[in-house]
Amino acid sequence: MDRTIIEDEPRVSRPTRETRGHELELEGLPPDVEKLDPAVEVKELSLWYGESQALFDVNMRIPERMVTAFIGPSGCGKSTLLRCLNRLNDLIPGVRISGTVRIQGEDIYGSGIDVIALRKRTGMVFQKSNPFPKSIYENVIYGLRIDGQNRRSVLDEAVERSLHAAGLWDEVKDRLKESAMNLSGGQQQRLCIARAIATEPEVLLMDEPCSALDPIATARIEALITELRETYTVVIVTHNMHQATRVSDYTAFFYLGNLIEFGPTKKIFQKPDKKQTEDYVTGRFG
Amino acid sequence: MAAHPRRKTPSLRVRRDAPVWVQAIRRGDPFVWLTGSALTASMLMIVGILLLIIVNGMGSMWPKELVRIETDEGTPFLGQIERRETIPGYVEEGGGGERFLMRIANRDLYGIDFRWFDESEVVAREKPEDALVAERLEWGPFNGFLVELRLPGETIAADGIWDRFQREIDAAHDRYGRIEEVEEEEVGRINEEIESARLAIREIELEGIADTPEGRRRIAALREEVDRWTAEYEQLRERLGELRRADEEYRVVLRSVRGEVRDYAISHIVRAYRPNEMGIPGKVGIYLSRLWEFVSQDPRESNTEGGIFPAIFGTVLMTLIMTIAVVPLGVLAALYLREYAKQGPIVSAVRIAVNNLAGVPSIVFGLFGLGFFAYLVGGAIDSTFYPERLPSPTFGGGGLLWASLTLALLTVPVVIVATEEALAAVPTGIREGSIACGASKFQTVTRIVLPSAAPGIMTGAILAMARGAGEVAPLMITGVVKLAPELPLDGTFPYLHLERKFMHLGFHIYDVGFQSPNVEAAKPMVYATTLLLILIVVLLNLTAIIVRNKLRDKYKTGAFG
Repeated sequence: MDRTIIEDEPRVSRPTRETRGHELELEGLPPDVEKLDPAVEVKELSLWYGESQALFDVNMRIPERMVTAFIGPSGCGKSTLLRCLNRLNDLIPGVRISGTVRIQGEDIYGSGIDVIALRKRTGMVFQKSNPFPKSIYENVIYGLRIDGQNRRSVLDEAVERSLHAAGLWDEVKDRLKESAMNLSGGQQQRLCIARAIATEPEVLLMDEPCSALDPIATARIEALITELRETYTVVIVTHNMHQATRVSDYTAFFYLGNLIEFGPTKKIFQKPDKKQTEDYVTGRFG
Repeated sequence: MAAHPRRKTPSLRVRRDAPVWVQAIRRGDPFVWLTGSALTASMLMIVGILLLIIVNGMGSMWPKELVRIETDEGTPFLGQIERRETIPGYVEEGGGGERFLMRIANRDLYGIDFRWFDESEVVAREKPEDALVAERLEWGPFNGFLVELRLPGETIAADGIWDRFQREIDAAHDRYGRIEEVEEEEVGRINEEIESARLAIREIELEGIADTPEGRRRIAALREEVDRWTAEYEQLRERLGELRRADEEYRVVLRSVRGEVRDYAISHIVRAYRPNEMGIPGKVGIYLSRLWEFVSQDPRESNTEGGIFPAIFGTVLMTLIMTIAVVPLGVLAALYLREYAKQGPIVSAVRIAVNNLAGVPSIVFGLFGLGFFAYLVGGAIDSTFYPERLPSPTFGGGGLLWASLTLALLTVPVVIVATEEALAAVPTGIREGSIACGASKFQTVTRIVLPSAAPGIMTGAILAMARGAGEVAPLMITGVVKLAPELPLDGTFPYLHLERKFMHLGFHIYDVGFQSPNVEAAKPMVYATTLLLILIVVLLNLTAIIVRNKLRDKYKTGAFG
């Protein structure tokens, strides 16, 4: 196995307007994906639900500390791919997978992989907010508790840090012991984000995190995602193409289980290489 | 797009062209009536049976007035009129008139204590002010008149005798209570010592060392101990005899309406009252005192009188032990079925089997409990741990533990079904959320799924308790008895005696109602016991419902769950 240890190599800093690629025709494009260190590398990934194939030979390198958006019509396999990245599909009976997924160089479908450890390194936020029927405090530190962390100081610190990062601290700091179920929909979703980042994962997977929220709550989450990319690699599945253009650096377009095109968001939306992508992003798809 | 031709739209107004009943059918009213009347019929039946039980159960303890009647034969009777009815049959044959049932009491004098009288044979009736009812420990109540009190050193027949009588009853109860205390505690202790020494001898014999010098020495020591305790027992019995004789010197002389005079030890009178001269407060007092006796005392007179405390105690204790046994068992089984087993035809078959288990006649469970728990498991326990007590069984016969476990088996399908439903209702979202946080399946189940399902599990426990508390048939053969000498919970080690036989309200109803030699006297007991059983089931359920609602508030899953 060619397991590269990325940790020891110098990181490519996040692209800014000064470091943009000059070879591209479009203004303000981040560098080509191939030139960046990948946080997640997907190679020839195919997936079957029983007899029906949902993903066909997907190859992609998801760059580190960037926001990558998966777009495509319903049933195109974007959520399935996302759930492959933390092996959540394992829960579904009858799922078969071929190909490899490497996170920081490690093949997560290889033998001897501790799935639990993998999931601790990949936080996930779901389409519907899913706080546990516990207090706000206990929700945030759930990941730490199951690790056996019971030291009050560590937990308190994690709660404050995560809720700050999720932009929820000021709203809930006086009622941490109250049930999370009493929060509004947008607050619940931010709580779930806080819960996902409390264990300091490397990759944050978001499966349509704003689809059940109103525009104001959506704007807050989007602002939050922009902040989170400073620290985390974010992969976001979205149906909302405006959201993809607003929050993501790179966009992957899927159609019927195939990765059609993957590149800088601006390019995908303004000058895609493929006709199918252009039809979809311009709304002519049908 | 091509424009459609304009369509003629039907009016939105209600059509009133048809007869009213046709309109009603169109609106679907008959179906509403049908469903409504089905509900009403069910409610009426339930309310009816509850009312019947409440009226008869609550009313049976109210002190009724004494009536003195004289028949055309010239014989006087004194008693309470229980109920009246029209004599069945044609008038020419003596039917059509009224007759009434009177509790003439004094079973020791007349042999029966209820008698029907035709209204036509009664020539005189009155309500003598000084007629009294004296409830006795034996032979039921005595209806008659107070003659005199024979106390040590004095005989009272004059004024103030009634008040003195009441005071003497209280004093006699104190005396009698003390004697009973000595009897229960000291005699019980001595019996226990003798029994344990006897068992120790038997143990030595079973070990086969009875013929060795060591064994002989130990047996001799134990025999000596038995002798010492026996001597002490004799002393105690003498002392008790003295106390009893002293107690018996306090006597009351009563006269029946026919002039028969009897004297009784005052301590054998439970209470005496003159219903005809009593006002409402006095009757309420008697009522409350009877009610208290009913729920707090042991039964007397082959269960037709006294209280039903041992049955209440047995029912509650058995239901609790059953719940403790059934909830973990059912929850664990449901967890495996729903969370771990691979869903498929086998699991579906198991599920159907579990559901059908609830339809097996309960007596079959009783037989299984007797055969498996009592004879097989209990027999094994006896031969392993209590060989010295054989052939009399310890765990090898029916008992509280086996009855509770049998009922747990009977109600486990209820818990499994309820738990499975509760588990299935836990949103996938929070399970996946937990898994995605890096929780193992076990952590997800114990920390997220089970707490969320707790209210549903409690519902299952409530249903199981309701079913178990009212069950009788399997208990009759697994440990319930007509009269248990001891409670299953007492002050001697190990305090909770799971092997003991016990009394149960459901069986008590059956026993008093259908196995009693004195049906009329037992009737009020049956109603009152039924009422109490219903109350206990309601109470147990209420407790469980309150706990469930607390859990529900704590673990409610919101709109975004």
